[in-house]
Amino acid sequence: MSEPKTKYDRQLRIWGELGQAALEDASICLLNCGPTGSEALKNLVLGGVGSFTIVDGSKVEIGDLGNNFMVDDTSVGQSKAKSACAFLQELNDAVKAKFIEENPVTLINKNPSFFSQFTLVIATQLVEDSMVKLDRICREANVKLVFVRSYGLAGFVRVSVKEHTIIDSKPDHFLDDLRLNNPWPELRSFVETIDLNVSDPVAHKHIPYVVILVKMADEWAQSHSCNLPSTREEKREFKDLVKSKMISMDEDNYKEAMEAAFKVFAPRGISSEVQQISNDSCAEVSSNSSDFWVMVAALKEFVSNEGDGEAPLEGSIPDMTSSTELYINLQKIYQAKAEADFLVMEERVRYILKKMGRDPSSISKPTIKSFCKNARKLKVCRYRMVEDEFSNPSVTEIQKCLADEDYSGAVGFYILLRAVDRFAANYNKFPGQFDGGMDEDISRLKTTALSLLTDLGCNGTVLPDDLINEMCRFGASELHVVAAFIGGIASQEVIKLVTKQFVPMLGTYIFNGIDHKSQLLTL
Amino acid sequence: MADLDVPQSKSRDLDKLLLRPGNLVGPDFDPGTELRDDMREYVRILVVGAGGLGCELLKDLALSGFSNLDVIDMDRIEVTNLNRQFLFRLEDVGKPKAEVAAKRVMERVSGVKIVPHFSRIEDKEIEFYNDFSIIALGLDSIEARRYINGVACGFLEYDEDDTPRRETMKPMVDGGTEGFKGHARVIVPGVTPCFECTIWLFPPQVKFPLCTLAETPRNAAHCIEYAHLIKWPEVHGGKSFDPDEPEHMKWVYDEAIKRAELFGIPGVTYSLTQGVVKNIIPAIASTNAIISAACTLETLKIVSGCSKTLANYLTYNGGEGLHTKVTEFVRDKECLVCGPGILIELDTSITLQKFIEMLEEHPKLLLSKASVKHGKNSLYMQAPPVLEEMHRPNLSKPLYDLMGRVQKDTIHVFGTALKNEEKQSSLTKLRVVFKGADGVADMDTAIGA
Ligand SMILES: [Zn+2]
Repeated sequence: MSEPKTKYDRQLRIWGELGQAALEDASICLLNCGPTGSEALKNLVLGGVGSFTIVDGSKVEIGDLGNNFMVDDTSVGQSKAKSACAFLQELNDAVKAKFIEENPVTLINKNPSFFSQFTLVIATQLVEDSMVKLDRICREANVKLVFVRSYGLAGFVRVSVKEHTIIDSKPDHFLDDLRLNNPWPELRSFVETIDLNVSDPVAHKHIPYVVILVKMADEWAQSHSCNLPSTREEKREFKDLVKSKMISMDEDNYKEAMEAAFKVFAPRGISSEVQQISNDSCAEVSSNSSDFWVMVAALKEFVSNEGDGEAPLEGSIPDMTSSTELYINLQKIYQAKAEADFLVMEERVRYILKKMGRDPSSISKPTIKSFCKNARKLKVCRYRMVEDEFSNPSVTEIQKCLADEDYSGAVGFYILLRAVDRFAANYNKFPGQFDGGMDEDISRLKTTALSLLTDLGCNGTVLPDDLINEMCRFGASELHVVAAFIGGIASQEVIKLVTKQFVPMLGTYIFNGIDHKSQLLTL
Repeated sequence: MADLDVPQSKSRDLDKLLLRPGNLVGPDFDPGTELRDDMREYVRILVVGAGGLGCELLKDLALSGFSNLDVIDMDRIEVTNLNRQFLFRLEDVGKPKAEVAAKRVMERVSGVKIVPHFSRIEDKEIEFYNDFSIIALGLDSIEARRYINGVACGFLEYDEDDTPRRETMKPMVDGGTEGFKGHARVIVPGVTPCFECTIWLFPPQVKFPLCTLAETPRNAAHCIEYAHLIKWPEVHGGKSFDPDEPEHMKWVYDEAIKRAELFGIPGVTYSLTQGVVKNIIPAIASTNAIISAACTLETLKIVSGCSKTLANYLTYNGGEGLHTKVTEFVRDKECLVCGPGILIELDTSITLQKFIEMLEEHPKLLLSKASVKHGKNSLYMQAPPVLEEMHRPNLSKPLYDLMGRVQKDTIHVFGTALKNEEKQSSLTKLRVVFKGADGVADMDTAIGA
């Protein structure tokens, strides 16, 4: 590995060369480079994002020295965007760094087309009115958008994208695709070549559990009118049947077979989540459908034809006790089936593209291959427009959260984070922003929050006084640690959106720095 | 000292939390400029580790009202650190992490003093750790966490009625990350569970059985571990394998390739070889930033009381959506490390030598080669040889005399203990009671009964 790649070694182990390439292709726009924005961008610069442009019209004040690592004593009085840009560039010279000394709000109002050049915009510390406008601009331009706000010990992160589709969602735990309940002919005939009653004890304890379970499932089905175990009692009996084949207690392969027996009982066919994706109206493809949906259309055809109810086989098997030879042969059988499924899928994809008048080779082989391998793990994330959520949030959800001890703090902050923007629109300052007049600000914020709740349709809902007091105490402060926490989360979401790996958060993440009972709200 | 005075407005944002009274705050919160200034002047924080978390912790603490920081790390900077350890540059590769990290933060944030310690944590005197108000842990090894936890809990003293004494509590904040996941926790010895109380949170790593490596390899990792664990010692005899020696790694890689070809196993790459042999944990900047920020926020709260404290374990998982969860773990009342200590009743006549031998037999301790410390006084030290010789005369003296003829007191013993069939360095606290000394012990028993 050359130096530039060596430096990314620890992250390449997470998102691979493809993820890294996507990151290096991305151009990011950061609105406002206070600590929240600077910290979010810092993590992306370190990771090797292609380029960034900072938009901030403010000058560095002495107060900024106490909360922002991307300014120093010498930058006081100078452009904050310039200072942050220079310090961020120091972190990674492979990144193209730019800054524009302008107030983001002015840009949103006067030059909306500016944003269309970016892959993604990170908008920090914007008030509600600008958020709504920017959201509309980015949706129209098909630019991904992440809102971030730190406010005292509270804050939020909100992703806003019309649609985000993921092939490589990398779930933590996922049932492997072994088809023990539905073996295809080649697997079946391989299994038939192996004798469970082999007299050599060494050979006996090196038969992989896949073989044992396919055989046992077959044996079971023959004596149970072609059915697999389904009741609790039957499942227990099945496990006992497996156990009865052991010839000594130290046979790990049989222990593994008993532990994996549930894979025999698992329902056949695709999951309800994949079913839902194939039923999505986007799967009715047209000439401007994305590659993802074209492949979903092919998947849908595959499942109801060659797949016989199943998605293409993933093609890998977990490690299991086995002789080397049997394991390698088994591996080859799974790989061959996956390859065959892929070829069928590829043909279907090409045919669909051709039918729509598109270049049949416009989706690459590796992309189709990856789609097949991950067909059971596809994800589609859609986000409400910020404007819709703000004017018409799910009232039942809000009320449910307010009544739940674990959620009440977070949803309280959600309301108050919106209320402070209304407050600011009315009184030209945030509650508690300046010393003095605290009592008046508290009662005004209380009134503002109440009228907001009423406007949202949550009549009769009261927020705890303690929370309102704390919000005024925060006085729109931007603490470095809160900024680092929330900025860190924002950058992690950006990585997921840009690499199209893992699953981004759905909804609004509300940070509760008082007791860390933060929550993801889907309103 | 006017020249140390920082203009008030520099802590513009932090002042809102530290100067204003609040409703959801700690029980001892006393807002005001005095609190802010005392934090700057008197509070000392030790950051253990100057890696991915350590770099973030130093920056976060420096920007959270703390001006006196120390950082300890024995490692030097490597190229693979640069994707997240943001205080380091390519030209720093090979330099001590602690020194570069301290320098970079001090250059950026004026008024902050950071003392670097390019040293192993075990090489510091125990008392070194007692000088800090809080210890922030940015470590990736369980062993190192155990060690610091043992040291910090060692400072904890209990009253007669087993109530932990507040002034002897040495709080810790601890963070850990792996990929998109992480945790942050608060450990207040005697109040919240210590690292040892919840050691089950860190299950031992699963190793491949040697017979799989030797006889039935099935995947690339098996071939690599065969080359590393079986072939290397076979070929190189006494020469130990050094994972940081590129030639050694290349040798293991080549051998793994040969073995893989022999068995028809795909997938051996140089990167995987490094990953398996060094047990590399994937790491990214954002997760480290999130976890360190949570740890620093809790540090700020513990010191100032400006808000409630995390109770007591935060888990973060950003892989599938976003999940954060707070779990309130409970203390293990029997914990050897943070509990009141193992009560040992002794005769006033027992010599230090006999006592050390007894520790080896004690079923709860099984401690061999023990060094013994009473408060700040070493009674016996196994190493280095100079100090061993110096303390040797103590061995024949009665422990009762060496401890100043008090009826009961706490001592610390350090040695090698057998835990889960593995030998580990272990620091344990003992509460020694001398039978019949001044008749006080009998009286206590009488009252207790
Ligand atoms: Zn403990």
